[in-house]
Amino acid sequence: MKKKIISLLLTALLVFALASCNNTPGNSGEAQSINVYNWGEYIDQSVLDDFEAETGIKVNYTTYASNEEMYSKIVSGAASYDVIIPSEYMISKMISEDLLAELNFDNIPNYKYIGEEYRGLSYDPDEKYSVPYTWGTVVIVYNTKYVDEEDVKDQSINLLWNEKYAGNILMFDNPRDAFALAHIKLGNSMNTTNPEHWYAAAEELKKQKDIVQAYVMDQVFDKMLNEEAYIAAYYAGDAMTMMDENEDIAAYVPVEGANMFFDSMCVLKSSQNKEAAEKFINFMCETDIAVRNAETVWYAIPHTAAFEALDPEQSEDPLVYPPQEIKDKCEVFINLNEETLILQSELWINLKTQY
Amino acid sequence: MSKSVTIGNKKATVAPFSSWMVVFVLVPMALVVYYAFTTAEGSFTLENLKWIYTYRSTMFLSLRLAFIATVICLILAYPIAYSMSRASEKIQRNATLIIMLPMWMNFLVRTYSWMTILENNGLINSVLKSISALSGGEFDGFQLINNRGAIVLGMVYNFLPYMILPIYTSLTKIDNSLLEAARDLGSNGFHVFKRVIFPLSIPGIISGITMVFIPSISTFIISRILGGGKDFLIGDLIEDYFLGNSGVVNYNIGAALSMVLMILILIATFFMNHFDKDAKTSGGGRI
Repeated sequence: MKKKIISLLLTALLVFALASCNNTPGNSGEAQSINVYNWGEYIDQSVLDDFEAETGIKVNYTTYASNEEMYSKIVSGAASYDVIIPSEYMISKMISEDLLAELNFDNIPNYKYIGEEYRGLSYDPDEKYSVPYTWGTVVIVYNTKYVDEEDVKDQSINLLWNEKYAGNILMFDNPRDAFALAHIKLGNSMNTTNPEHWYAAAEELKKQKDIVQAYVMDQVFDKMLNEEAYIAAYYAGDAMTMMDENEDIAAYVPVEGANMFFDSMCVLKSSQNKEAAEKFINFMCETDIAVRNAETVWYAIPHTAAFEALDPEQSEDPLVYPPQEIKDKCEVFINLNEETLILQSELWINLKTQY
Repeated sequence: MSKSVTIGNKKATVAPFSSWMVVFVLVPMALVVYYAFTTAEGSFTLENLKWIYTYRSTMFLSLRLAFIATVICLILAYPIAYSMSRASEKIQRNATLIIMLPMWMNFLVRTYSWMTILENNGLINSVLKSISALSGGEFDGFQLINNRGAIVLGMVYNFLPYMILPIYTSLTKIDNSLLEAARDLGSNGFHVFKRVIFPLSIPGIISGITMVFIPSISTFIISRILGGGKDFLIGDLIEDYFLGNSGVVNYNIGAALSMVLMILILIATFFMNHFDKDAKTSGGGRI
């Protein structure tokens, strides 16, 4: 009898172990539902409930940590999504691969609120596939308690390579953002396709690896807020959230320049429920909803009416809405060509497998 | 093995299991082999195998860490399993439950929680720091996380139950009369253990080792959470190729690396089973 119980327990154990690996969302059930796939920590969650209450459309909400993760999940066909919110370079890649559906803007009347300067940007020049959600820059976040004023005076990107803070620096755990920082440090374009530039950038990252505490994405919140690490490079809105929760945290856009990104809502071509997906996008562009999202995520918004409604503390913050002279120094990612992507991947894996 | 009792048609009874095996084990394995030997366009190639050589240091690191974790698990698990098997029925039940309890939580949550324990401002270091502060000392804390030790710890913590339970089961299966006989024939406690109990528990040890070593060598999230994402293990590398986190999705290289991992595991299992058989006959002979 005991033997039986033990073997039963062992079986249960195995089942648990297997079950714990699974986290893909289910497909739409009989009631209308859409699968929304967004960055982690990138929405006011209660907005989803309001959408469900208003439209009766159920939202299956899942998150990703990088554009690449989202992309590979979609092309593998492992799960089907309706609405996704990628960054600009990923949108142009997905348009070129025919993965995105042309939107029917009759279903998205709130598109009228999107400011002129955010429309028809290079990744979607004909305004067919995307509705801008937020934008921002990469900033350097640091803790004033541990980082000397001396070292941040010049607002330089070199803080990330400052050996004085060895073991207390956090770095992006995705190659596009990590290499962009190294390219900026070297004064090269982050969209360079010159292999020499990439090798040089890889050298910089290798040098930095010894003083990096960890390569992280959303874990940056925990580690910076608990003062586990003192310096990190991350996205402006998230930096604002950290500054809000820990008053010792400060941030700046490096004088050498930074990546400026535009995350936009798109509908996948494979979507079974395009109309509901467009309804969702339209809902996200309702002024009060856009305000709530902006107040939660603290990224800059392209929504003109919502921007007006924001607390000046937010809408006039130079980190969230950087002044023109800083914007001029920033660069927007474009989709890299195949050879460069392969090189980037090789160099990144090399960085992680050289002990 | 006693003769098995045949219920109805033998083939019919194994049908559900064998079809499960075919669909979820054999077909995926065949796909891995297929991808390992083809290019992205689907033509035959041996190119992918050269990556195995390129990433040999990653492979060795994974092997080393998995080996260390398995040894530690064995050292920890055997005494626990042994004392459990000697305890009263009630204690045995409760102990099994306690060992199983953490497994009811998600693997990721359990691993994440180690982060808050091991960090420089985590539980352990905070306690140590406040103790040293009380005595007026200045203590910066130990570096407990973002290194390989933390990865091994994560493996040991997560997979220890898989070592304890099989050993415990094999120990409880031992017929008490064998132990009595050994004592009657003049063996002292240590000899009973060495000559009777230990040889008879080897099957449990073998399955324990297999069940710890295999998930340890192929793990890909522990190194990221507890190792600071600095060094890839072979599992991280495979994941990276399949998910394209580095910018390129390449099933073929990913499959080639998975195949090596499978072969390594097969070899290990083969040796284990071989050893198991030897132990059984020689152990049996002695009894």
